[in-house]
Amino acid sequence: MSFQPVKFYQTGTFTVGNRLLPPEERSVQASARRFNSINSGHRACQGCGEALGARYAIDAAMEAADGQIIAANATGCLEVFSTPYPETSWQIPWIHSLFGNTAAVATGVAAALKVKGKRDVRVVAQGGDGGTTDIGFGCLSGMFERNDDVLYICYDNGGYMNTGVQRSSATPPAARTATTMAVGPEPGNVFGQGKFVPAIAMAHDIPYVATATVADLRDLEAKVSRAMEIRGARYIHILVPCPLGWGTASHDTIRMARLAKETGIFPVFEAEHGEIKSVLTIRRPLPVEEYLRPQKRYAHLFGKNPAVETIAHIQALADRNIRKYRLQARRGS
Amino acid sequence: MLKQTEGSRAVAEAVALCRPEVICAYPISPQTHIVEALGEMVKDGSLAPCEFINVESEFAAMSVAIGASAAGARSYTATASQGLLYMAEAVYNASGLGLPIVMTVANRSIGAPINIWNDHSDALSQRDSGWLQLFAETNQEALDLHIQAFRLAEELSLPVMVCMDGFILTHAYERVDMPTQAQVDAYLPTYEPRQVLDPADPVSIGAMVGPEAFMEVRYLAHAKQLQALQRIPAFAAEFRQIFGRDSGGLTHTYRSEDAETIIVAMGSVLGTIKDVVDEMREEGHKIGVLGITLFRPFPIARVREGLQGAKRVVVLEKSMAIGLGGILSTNVRMALSGLHMHGYTVIAGLGGRAITKKSLHGLFREAEQDALESVTFLDLDWAMVNKQLEREKAHRRSGPVAENLLRDVGIVAARNY
Repeated sequence: MSFQPVKFYQTGTFTVGNRLLPPEERSVQASARRFNSINSGHRACQGCGEALGARYAIDAAMEAADGQIIAANATGCLEVFSTPYPETSWQIPWIHSLFGNTAAVATGVAAALKVKGKRDVRVVAQGGDGGTTDIGFGCLSGMFERNDDVLYICYDNGGYMNTGVQRSSATPPAARTATTMAVGPEPGNVFGQGKFVPAIAMAHDIPYVATATVADLRDLEAKVSRAMEIRGARYIHILVPCPLGWGTASHDTIRMARLAKETGIFPVFEAEHGEIKSVLTIRRPLPVEEYLRPQKRYAHLFGKNPAVETIAHIQALADRNIRKYRLQARRGS
Repeated sequence: MLKQTEGSRAVAEAVALCRPEVICAYPISPQTHIVEALGEMVKDGSLAPCEFINVESEFAAMSVAIGASAAGARSYTATASQGLLYMAEAVYNASGLGLPIVMTVANRSIGAPINIWNDHSDALSQRDSGWLQLFAETNQEALDLHIQAFRLAEELSLPVMVCMDGFILTHAYERVDMPTQAQVDAYLPTYEPRQVLDPADPVSIGAMVGPEAFMEVRYLAHAKQLQALQRIPAFAAEFRQIFGRDSGGLTHTYRSEDAETIIVAMGSVLGTIKDVVDEMREEGHKIGVLGITLFRPFPIARVREGLQGAKRVVVLEKSMAIGLGGILSTNVRMALSGLHMHGYTVIAGLGGRAITKKSLHGLFREAEQDALESVTFLDLDWAMVNKQLEREKAHRRSGPVAENLLRDVGIVAARNY
């Protein structure tokens, strides 16, 4: 007989509640002395997954580094909504240089800190999927292969949302964007294109790679904390739903992130030195349709004549993720 | 200390004396020897504390320098040609953010067709980037200008490009007077940034600026460059006090007091021009030289002052504004506004085409007789050009231009230059 430890979950979620945890295991955000690295009053859309992810990630990094963090930020939503001068939401030293050079700027900051002997000050770089997987990819790969002491966080919302929802190399197949229009015989983004940068990060053999979603913020915090225990190049790729680009309700951001994980669309795992160390398992895999249907960017798959084959193709990709990353919880024998 | 050394090595040693803290290196000819030498000094521990970072592109080189400079480190890199164009976005960003990075540009042409030899197209393509641009005439001056560049950059909180002719200077072994560490330390104070990324005093650097203040930010960049025009002569004077020689400044004149014809140029070609001027002076020609050391900010008043007594000005430049004529000459024209004199633009030495004394003798004599075209291409092979023009008239699919020209001229003809 297998042993099943007793767990307490909040109603309707699989997230263990803060109140049931001992204080040292509680969320960084649960503490009254949280850093508020990104302060309130910024201009993010209602329900912005990126604002939520960044808030948890950077505060967790601040907690781990005892408040000694410098952040480099790529051009994009996060940069724009947080900082038009003279206002800034950032309570930490923060630099925005360009769209495609954030990893390199962070390398420079880390080099300066090293040469000045400030080992306690840590560097975080952050960007969206466009700034990370497309235009910033060269600098990202360079930072990885040199194993520079930088934690790079990618907030992946699957497109260039700041410029009006265009396709990036992280846009999922069949999704409608302004440049993958829902027209023609194969509407939406093309199958067989795009890249999954966490796997490419792992191929660099860097000390730490993890994925996370804003559905499980405690997991996100734990991964940032783990990353901050390590020196060298680290990468965390966070799925952050975008109500504007995905065509979802503002109040559905966390639900969409959870569905991405629970369908196998987005595998949540952590890896060290190129090897997967743990995954967030799926208790009851859900059909991808439950994830796709609420999103207007997939509206062309449904309606009068549902694109059954396309949905099946997406299902097959999710199933492959479940096999490849061993996402399905093992049942008791 | 006097020593016989390669231009690149001399510059590397001068940069090392400036105690840089972060150096970014990406290979491109002809600047490679500079960063190689610096890399060796960092690796063997003679240049410490310093981080030497092998980056994956010039774009990353400038970006790492941006991050390092914003975090308070004295930062340096070197590039040339395509590398400068590849980093262009970050070049503008560094000056926009007011980061005092120093960069050597080992001047080289820009393709296509690819060509590794010297002209000034690379640096001049970035003339409006907000960087200060200094042009060295000799290896000694290249060495000295780097020391002045760090002082200038950090004083003004603006990045400085030190331009030296690729191969002609970078690869030439010449005698230089290498300063001591004590001299450089006396001249160059510790870097005190105006803005720095520091958790003890968090600032946001590089946020968005809308129409309500953007023009003012831009104007201030211009105003700062104008300040540099005032400061540079003072820095050069201080340099003379400590190092005992004249280097840098805005412009240098040579035998131009009573000159009717003044040749304006930048960089190493000034040496050849001065030799020709000496020979012509012996024959009684009233000819002189105005060498421009500082191209950005452009020393308009000084150039005007240096040229206004002349009857004619010949701007000889290793650059070209395609569809217009010259770049340097256009800037010189700004300085001559309202003055009545003949002005000639001579495009010379593109892609490493040798500028010979023989050609200059002919050119300057023609100029004295006001027989020059307003834009002249020195030693251009018209037969080669015309043959290609005919070919294009005759055949729609005339093929790659450069290949056609080289087929016409044959490999042996390269010996002529």
